Amino acid sequence: MKEKENKDQHQNQNKNSSPNPGPNQNSTQKSQVTVEMKNITKVFGNFVANDNISITVHKGEVHALLGENGAGKSTLMNLLYGIYQPTHGEIFINGQRVDLDNPSVAIGLGIGMVHQHFMLVPIFTVAENIVLGQEPLLHNLNMSLAPLDMKKAIESVEDISKKFGLTINPLTKIQDLTVGQQQRVEILKMLYRGAEILILDEPTAVLTPQEITELAKIIKNLSAQGKSIIIITHKLKEIKEMADYCTVIRRGKYIDTLHVPSCTEQDLAQKMVGRDVILKVPKKDATSGRPILKIENLKVKDNRGLLAVNGFNLEVCSGEILGLIGVDGNGQSELVEAITGLRKVESGGQVYINGAPITNKTPREVFLHKIATIPEDRQKHGLVLDFSIEENMILQTHGDPSFSSKIGMLNHKSITDFANKLISKFDIRPANHLALARNLSGGNQQKIIIAREITHNPDLLIAVQPTRGLDVGAIEYVHRSLIEQRDNGKAVFLVSLELDEVLNVADRIAVIYHGQIVAIFKADQTDENQIGVLMGGGGSGGGASGGKR
Amino acid sequence: MSSKLKNIFFVLVSILIGFVIAGVILKLGGFDPFEAYKIMFLGIFSKLSYVSYTIIKSTPIILTGLSVAFAFKTGLFNIGAEGQFIIGATATAYAGYFLNLPSYIQIPTILLIGVVAAGLWGGVAGFLKSRFGIHEVISTIMLNWIALYLQNYIVMLPGFRKPESEASFDINASGSITILENWKYSDAGVAFLDLHPLIGDFLRPPFNAGIFIAFLAALIIYYILNKTTMGYQLRAVGFNKHAAEYGGINVRKNMITAMFISGGLAGLAGSLHVMGVSKNIAILAATEGYGFDGIAVALIGGNSPLGCVLSGFLFGGLKYSGAKIQSAMEAPSEIISIMIGIIVFFMAIPKLFKILSELKLKKLSKLSKLQK
Repeated sequence: MKEKENKDQHQNQNKNSSPNPGPNQNSTQKSQVTVEMKNITKVFGNFVANDNISITVHKGEVHALLGENGAGKSTLMNLLYGIYQPTHGEIFINGQRVDLDNPSVAIGLGIGMVHQHFMLVPIFTVAENIVLGQEPLLHNLNMSLAPLDMKKAIESVEDISKKFGLTINPLTKIQDLTVGQQQRVEILKMLYRGAEILILDEPTAVLTPQEITELAKIIKNLSAQGKSIIIITHKLKEIKEMADYCTVIRRGKYIDTLHVPSCTEQDLAQKMVGRDVILKVPKKDATSGRPILKIENLKVKDNRGLLAVNGFNLEVCSGEILGLIGVDGNGQSELVEAITGLRKVESGGQVYINGAPITNKTPREVFLHKIATIPEDRQKHGLVLDFSIEENMILQTHGDPSFSSKIGMLNHKSITDFANKLISKFDIRPANHLALARNLSGGNQQKIIIAREITHNPDLLIAVQPTRGLDVGAIEYVHRSLIEQRDNGKAVFLVSLELDEVLNVADRIAVIYHGQIVAIFKADQTDENQIGVLMGGGGSGGGASGGKR
Repeated sequence: MSSKLKNIFFVLVSILIGFVIAGVILKLGGFDPFEAYKIMFLGIFSKLSYVSYTIIKSTPIILTGLSVAFAFKTGLFNIGAEGQFIIGATATAYAGYFLNLPSYIQIPTILLIGVVAAGLWGGVAGFLKSRFGIHEVISTIMLNWIALYLQNYIVMLPGFRKPESEASFDINASGSITILENWKYSDAGVAFLDLHPLIGDFLRPPFNAGIFIAFLAALIIYYILNKTTMGYQLRAVGFNKHAAEYGGINVRKNMITAMFISGGLAGLAGSLHVMGVSKNIAILAATEGYGFDGIAVALIGGNSPLGCVLSGFLFGGLKYSGAKIQSAMEAPSEIISIMIGIIVFFMAIPKLFKILSELKLKKLSKLSKLQK
């Protein structure tokens, strides 16, 4: 019965083989279908999240699920993991039709999912976290008070990590691990539960370039051992690096399934967005002028009281984009907080804007010196999520005469007019000035901030990771805005963790390591390798970034 | 908009569940719940004097509800409405006894003294939070006790204490806001009210202008929150103080302002209570609970000014009429506390409703599958 169904599916596959030709390029063993989702539709209220989507994944295949934010990728995978149930359509696992009523059914069928936000107990060790829920018990006693067999737990964790090449010390506590290592623990947790089908939700969103390279290796390794892997992502480069096949979803609809080695990033982007996308925004040569921002010997302490920024010197001039690149946690956040008045500067250091000192001024005073900021965490610092779009648009300017009277009454009409003007100019969707920021996609939330900050007409625009979590369409938009700002003769200070972004957008690139600038290059006189080595602190980190080719 | 309607729906369902579960408890206790609810209903609406009493009972908790709701809106949890109520009452009683100005000056003056004193009392908690990071829940609870014993001390001050009693002297009549207080006991008044028994019935309780001032306060609070830059800043700090700070808003100052206004509202309740109902203050063994009731009122009212007015009336009505089932059928009036507890409990778990509605959807989709 099972065999017959399998066969049927193969025939089906051959009939409409165009969307998914099957990964038989190198080996014929891979052809067994492990996951088949057929004509899946999922409706929430009036909203169709998935509209008749079909996807087939084979054994040993790395299958990417590509789409913009809100396209329905995560919904589809939550259906496969049993978190939601489809409104229509059928799911087959290893050829058998299944009803995935909840995640434990899915886990029982060998499906595992690593969520974007990890679900680990920080004060437990790696081994304790991995066996949690399926702990080995001493003497195989099956009762709730039976003692844990920690030795066995550690052994089995070591076994799995050896088998799949995921090196990690089972006795380390989670809180002492880097984000990349924590992700490894999550993957090990799935493998411990015998997962054959692994779903990774935006696995690279939180990783450094080096960690991404490591993850790619792990994924290759797992697929070589016959695991089927589905990666939810909107990063094209990683699909090219990791995936065999890629299914593209746009606004809940199935678009296409592509054989990754035989298509370009441009093809993928075009399918995802539905129009041609410029991955590298073209720009004229910079015509930099007088220095706008000047930082001298800046020292800033982090929350633990240690010097996170330690003798930092930098100049950003009008008409240029200066990109500050570095691995996360090298003092970038503290630096920006110090400039914008959110964090105290230690004595000796100075920050000047247009020659005027703004060291240790309040955020309001810094703002009045014509500095605007696109903050690192748009939901924490950039927006009041429970405010409407129009209320967010006047976060700094609500007290201006154009928006409020002398006695402090808000002028709602002019606020609405102002917001509507920005909504149409910056194409913010939904185009409803009363929509809550909370209900907008990440890209549109970012557009609110960009619209607001650019409209301040600042001399200096500080953009901290402005494209974090955005899809290619929105990234293009953000980069265009930054370049436009530069072309208008403004200074732009771009702080980013993404090497590609800095290389594409910046005119000069400064590398930060341990709170200091280690080198400054003109963007066209350096490359990924050189900067990668410096980001890692000279020789030691060079290997990892060099491995990126 | 639809989410607002949904919230209102959840509130109404919670209230219904509160009545049902309280009914079951009454039944288990051997009382007829329908009889009890009938007594309560008639206990509010069958006579105008009952309506009048309900309004009098509701006035202070509408205001303490507003106080808590205002703090909530600005991201603060003001458990100190209780103490601020006491401070407002004490300051007004003290000023009302020692000052004796013409009514049109006396009334606003002693009212303002109560409001400002209570506002400062609340502001202390705001200051402690903004300056030293002391959580307002801790500081306001402690301030409640300080307020209680401060009042007990002030009541006993010689010259203010009414001899041979545990209460202060009454405030001067010029500071009273009880409607037609002198007239209704005058010969002309008595004669008139005999002819018009409905009006007489309504005026028999110490009906006072407090409710109108409470309405006005709700209106002003709505206005401040939604139409002014001050309200904008307060809400920004309440929703996301990080973004507010990033946007150049002075978070510390706004915390103190918020606690001042919140305290002032609770103090207003206390002042009006003295000026309209009690006329004096007395030694308290424990706090009276107006402030704590305000927390429930704010929660049921969804922290909106209009919501607080409505839920204040609901709460006041339940408390007033709940006492009547005790005398009529010897059912414990504590059932009202249980009922209110249940309502708040269910309001606090809207997630439960979401789960329930999702279950329903699931069942429907299963059914449709089966039909195929």
